[in-house]
Amino acid sequence: MMDFTLWDIVRNLLLSMRWTVVLSLIAFIGGGVVALLLTVIRLSPSRWVQWPVMAYVELFQGTPLLMQLFLAFFGLGALGIQVSAWTAATLALVLFTSAFLTDIWQGCIRAIPPGQWQGARVLGLGRLQTLHHVILPQALRLAIAPTVGFSVQVVKGTALASIIGFVELTRTGTMLNNATFKPFLIFALVALGYFLLCYPLSLYARHLEKKLNVTGSR
Amino acid sequence: MSLVRVDALHKSFGHLEVLKGIDLKVSAGEVVSIIGRSGSGKSTFLRCLNQLEQHDSGRIEINGQVLDANSMAPALLSENVGMVFQNFNLFPHKTVGENVMLAPMIVRGEREREASRLARRMLERVGLADRFDAWPEQLSGGQQQRVAIARALAMSPKVLLCDEITSALDPELVGDVLKVLEQLARDGMTLILVTHEMSFARDVGSRVVFMHQGRIHEQGDSREVLSQPRTPELQQFLSAVR
Amino acid sequence: MAMALDFSALAPYGGEVAAGVATTISLTAVATLVGITAASVLAWLKLNGPAGVRWGIQAYVELVRNTPFIVQLFFIFFGLPALGVSLEAWVAALIAMTMNLTAYATEIVRAGIESIGKGQLEAARVLGLSRRQTYRHVVLVPALRKIYPALTNQCIIVMLGSAVISQISVEELTWAANFIASRNFRNFEAYILATLIYLALSIGMRQLFRLAGWHFLGGRQGRPSS
Repeated sequence: MMDFTLWDIVRNLLLSMRWTVVLSLIAFIGGGVVALLLTVIRLSPSRWVQWPVMAYVELFQGTPLLMQLFLAFFGLGALGIQVSAWTAATLALVLFTSAFLTDIWQGCIRAIPPGQWQGARVLGLGRLQTLHHVILPQALRLAIAPTVGFSVQVVKGTALASIIGFVELTRTGTMLNNATFKPFLIFALVALGYFLLCYPLSLYARHLEKKLNVTGSR
Repeated sequence: MSLVRVDALHKSFGHLEVLKGIDLKVSAGEVVSIIGRSGSGKSTFLRCLNQLEQHDSGRIEINGQVLDANSMAPALLSENVGMVFQNFNLFPHKTVGENVMLAPMIVRGEREREASRLARRMLERVGLADRFDAWPEQLSGGQQQRVAIARALAMSPKVLLCDEITSALDPELVGDVLKVLEQLARDGMTLILVTHEMSFARDVGSRVVFMHQGRIHEQGDSREVLSQPRTPELQQFLSAVR
Repeated sequence: MAMALDFSALAPYGGEVAAGVATTISLTAVATLVGITAASVLAWLKLNGPAGVRWGIQAYVELVRNTPFIVQLFFIFFGLPALGVSLEAWVAALIAMTMNLTAYATEIVRAGIESIGKGQLEAARVLGLSRRQTYRHVVLVPALRKIYPALTNQCIIVMLGSAVISQISVEELTWAANFIASRNFRNFEAYILATLIYLALSIGMRQLFRLAGWHFLGGRQGRPSS
């Protein structure tokens, strides 16, 4: 067994953080695109269209991300579709993220007071015109802070990809621990790595929330 | 010919029958004040006139057009009817000018230049020409309500509905809004108001409609009805208000 | 060719699944009770305590909220023995779950407390209530009412997150699913079953919280008290 210096450990962890960042970005952007589609679909006045979207959100919010990862990885494998840990992790995290973002964005649209719909309606604006010119611009503003806030959950969620063998920060930590038997140091460093990624996002989300509150609803 | 004609209007919310058969005719240029206790159905009635609430049965005809929210687009429903709300409902993400310009541009397809000119003219009518670029939140309640009036007027409605438009205002701001309404009445605008401002109803209004338990209980010339109410219910209501 | 799904292959493992569900529920219940109680105290200290305490609580909350649960778990289970603190797996899991919930709930409760208007505090003051009495009767209960939906969600998130403690061999629901998969290689069926049970648990928890809220808080949760 080779000896690891502190620098070896830190360097390996830093290098593996790349994959945490890449996976987070893909999950967040991919999830955002899917959520955008679902949010638009959810705006349909028909219950039969709304219902599947609500069920989708409920399903992903009501089950563990770990199970979603297992189903994507082992489950698809059992069905004869062989997927890599990378594909399974990406798929599960994108779907997971999309469900939460759909819920957040839907909530922002619902938070716009009914008076805004009525004000537009009595001026003769149709449903889509009202959404486009009156509701969505205001909802978008409301959505920014919680969306940034949720990105922290996505980064932390990628840690579970380690369990199906995707080599990112947490997985690298476990492997280093197996090689060095310095669990206290290594998991503290792993935690620090996540903290360095997540804390700025948390601070930014809080800053946005304050800023948007101060300027009021404009 | 009547500008507004309502026949046998019924409306229920679940088991609660709110409107139990309303008949009303309003001629062009009339200023009709609807008064009554809360729960008498007056706001619901007003909101039926532009189909914010859909009636269950009966008939509403405005400027020769029968209203039906199921078959008519919002643009058609509000072609002849403007509305001002108790809580203004200005669009907070748009400036005062943009609030007024929005509907002319989107619904009528006017160009920005025309719409902007129209908006300035409407804001002038309510005495706020200089606040074109302000944000709604920078204005007092009374000013916001005048912007809401200008916004409604920009669509050149035949009838303007006002739903307790001074109720959310501080007392010292009520006067400015009423003055704008008074000027509109003098210019010949047809107004239907739900209001608690009895002196305004008497001095500016041409007719008072007293609603009680989902029906029109008493109506007539505003001075007459307010000074010599015939039914005990209206007498009681007026003595409570004063 | 894909295998056909065969859920009957799961039947022999009913005992493991039931035991797993029981463990998941017990750990969640303890973490919820301890976590919410601790959070109520920490939230009060965060707003009223001395500067050092406030800073300490803030640091704790930020640390927990900005690191993954699995890393916290590994740190407690694998890392602490290096300092001479050796914990059984289920104890480490319970500590991690409670710690996690406490941090989130502290923030939620604090936001609830801050939403109580100054007028309420002044009204309590002129009625002669002490600071402690005011916190308990005028602030905490209305605040809990207001944040109840958020608190419910957070407890459900902790329950769902507990799937991860299977990684340190706590024999809960996910562990049971893994166990079945390792015996009969029916991965898909085992995980679908576990997923459905988790879904039922989260729906059940939501109902339970609703009933409990009705009972203890008077059934007006989540609506602004106006």
